[in-house]
Amino acid sequence: MRVLLVDDEEELVSTLAERLTMRGLTAAWVTGYRAALDIVEKEPFDIALLDVRLPEMNGLELKRLLAARCPEMKFIFLTGHGSEEDFKACSAESGKEYYLIKPVQIEVLMAKLNEIFQG
Amino acid sequence: MLFKRYKPRFLDYHDQASGMYKSLFNFRQLWKQSITITLVVALMPLLALAIVDYNITKQATESELLLRTARLVSNARRTLTAYLDERKFALNFLILDNTYDQLLDEQRLAQLLDNLKGGFGEWSDLGVIDHNGIQRNYAGPYQLKGANYSGQEWYKRLNYTDPDSYHDNISMRSNISDVFLGFRNMPHLVISVLHNNPIGLEWLHYILRASLDIDRLNNILSQLEVSGDGDAFLINQEGVIQTPSRHYGGVLEKLPLTVPAPSERTQVIESRDHRGHQVIIGYAYITGTPFILMVIKQKQNLMKAWYDTGAKLMIFLVGSILTIVAVVIGMSTYLVNSIYQADQKRLATLHQVEYANKMASIGRLSAGVAHEINNPLAIINEKAGLIKDLFTFRQEYAADSRLIGLVDSIIGSVERCATITRQLLNFARNIQVSVQKVSLQQIVADVLEFQTKEAGYRSLSIKVDIPEEIPEFVSDRGKLQQVFINLVNNAFAAMKDGGTLEIKSRLGPGGRTIVTTVSDNGCGIPQENIKRIFEPFFTTKSGSGGTGLGLSITYGLVKEIGGEIEITSTVGKGTTFSITLPLEYNAKQGDTNARTTG
Repeated sequence: MRVLLVDDEEELVSTLAERLTMRGLTAAWVTGYRAALDIVEKEPFDIALLDVRLPEMNGLELKRLLAARCPEMKFIFLTGHGSEEDFKACSAESGKEYYLIKPVQIEVLMAKLNEIFQG
Repeated sequence: MLFKRYKPRFLDYHDQASGMYKSLFNFRQLWKQSITITLVVALMPLLALAIVDYNITKQATESELLLRTARLVSNARRTLTAYLDERKFALNFLILDNTYDQLLDEQRLAQLLDNLKGGFGEWSDLGVIDHNGIQRNYAGPYQLKGANYSGQEWYKRLNYTDPDSYHDNISMRSNISDVFLGFRNMPHLVISVLHNNPIGLEWLHYILRASLDIDRLNNILSQLEVSGDGDAFLINQEGVIQTPSRHYGGVLEKLPLTVPAPSERTQVIESRDHRGHQVIIGYAYITGTPFILMVIKQKQNLMKAWYDTGAKLMIFLVGSILTIVAVVIGMSTYLVNSIYQADQKRLATLHQVEYANKMASIGRLSAGVAHEINNPLAIINEKAGLIKDLFTFRQEYAADSRLIGLVDSIIGSVERCATITRQLLNFARNIQVSVQKVSLQQIVADVLEFQTKEAGYRSLSIKVDIPEEIPEFVSDRGKLQQVFINLVNNAFAAMKDGGTLEIKSRLGPGGRTIVTTVSDNGCGIPQENIKRIFEPFFTTKSGSGGTGLGLSITYGLVKEIGGEIEITSTVGKGTTFSITLPLEYNAKQGDTNARTTG
């Protein structure tokens, strides 16, 4: 399973990538939408884990751009906010069960990744 | 007592608040002003009209009175003048129709007296006086032949010595005397007529003199219809009464009033008599006689009818004023009371809005705090997780239970923090939306199912009274469940073992709401805490695991499903939460509570 992590908090996203790698996943991380768009040109990913609030472009728009480039890619939203609008928009995009609020337990995240990868 | 009971409450209202919570009006003052202004506006014209009308009608009545008196007096004067003139003319006719010699004939004179008496009978004697003032012939009851009248005033007046100032007319040739008693001791007057130029007696005049009883005069005067207990009589110019009066003395007594000033015409004056009574005096000098006709009316009697009307008017006026005062006070009280109640309602609404705003602000604040904390919390979570992973995945550390314990403690604390931030976010808004038809009985039964174990363990009794008439209604099942879970938990926490929890429902007014009460007989909440009970982190259970978010989340949930929650509590007796839910679902999400931003 190849996972792309996009979050502007480098500390968070790098650590999370390392932990996922430890669990046998192939995890890459970027901190901005440009890097995300670049990296998907170079490598294929099964799942993208997107922060809803990103600088310059929010997670939803990024999801659409990524989905256009990689139609097979699946998405999980991760947010520290969880406002009403975010919830509605994101759950419309990916289903409400794939909308996770930080901080998330690694076991929960793994379970979701496996679920979405298989489903 | 009665007044106390019906006394409007605004009279005792004293505004203690300031700023926007101040009443718009000073009700007491408003009430007083309203009454005063309305009364002045209503009563002033009424009183002015009443006074003006009173004066006008009084003046009209009085002048009518004076006019009627004047008419009466001048009519009476005409009658009296005519009467006396008739007598004068009768004597004039006799003196002209008979020669001096004929008049000196005793038989002839007696015959003439008889003829005069034949008319009215008021004549009592008849005498002939020569130019020296000696009575030459006399017919009548006394022996007055030869009496000398030359010294008497009336004789001097008739006996002209200066022919230049003499005009031959009846008024110059005649005289009417004052009333006097004379020999017979009967009031009478004397009429004398002079013959100034008899044939054969050049410049030797003679006089025919006759006494006249005043009964006939009295008759004329007494027949006058003098209204108002009035008097009509004659006086002479010295103020001696000539014919009997009712109130002012008998014949030849002195009139107790001043003699009115001479006047050619009839006069009417208002005055007070010797008894102090208000009187209307009409008088007329009767020309050619020493008499003044007096008509005196008692004003009090004359005005009596008018006073009666005035009294009726007064009663009507007082009645009107009392009615107006009563209506004005009633209306002002009603209006001011309405304003007072509206204002009280406004203040209550203002407080409610303020409370809702406060809760919304707190919601926004807590959501903001939660957001901001979540990101660093996530980093701590991942870093600690990585440490744990490193330990777990590398064999050399995996056995170090102390390190693993430390990392687990960090992750556990992060999870606790995460729980708090999630609850804060839940207070601000609720993510799950599932509107459907729900049955209150079912929801309460579901909720209580989770609690039966604890209730049994602590021997708490639970009474549920939700009548069949409560219909199914559309609402958010999850939120409603959460509300009841929170309230039941709260009640359990407040009660000692053996307490009683009661859940009751009924339809609200108009059947458009359901009012559900959750009551416990636990420790109760002090008044000062009730105000803050729905605020996040407000807890009295600090140190016992409560986050202080339960009731604030409950508040947010109830608001979101369009309901209201109220609390009443008595320390030591228990607490009752009352939830009013609309039968028709009307979500208010994001409205009363925080809309999270950024």
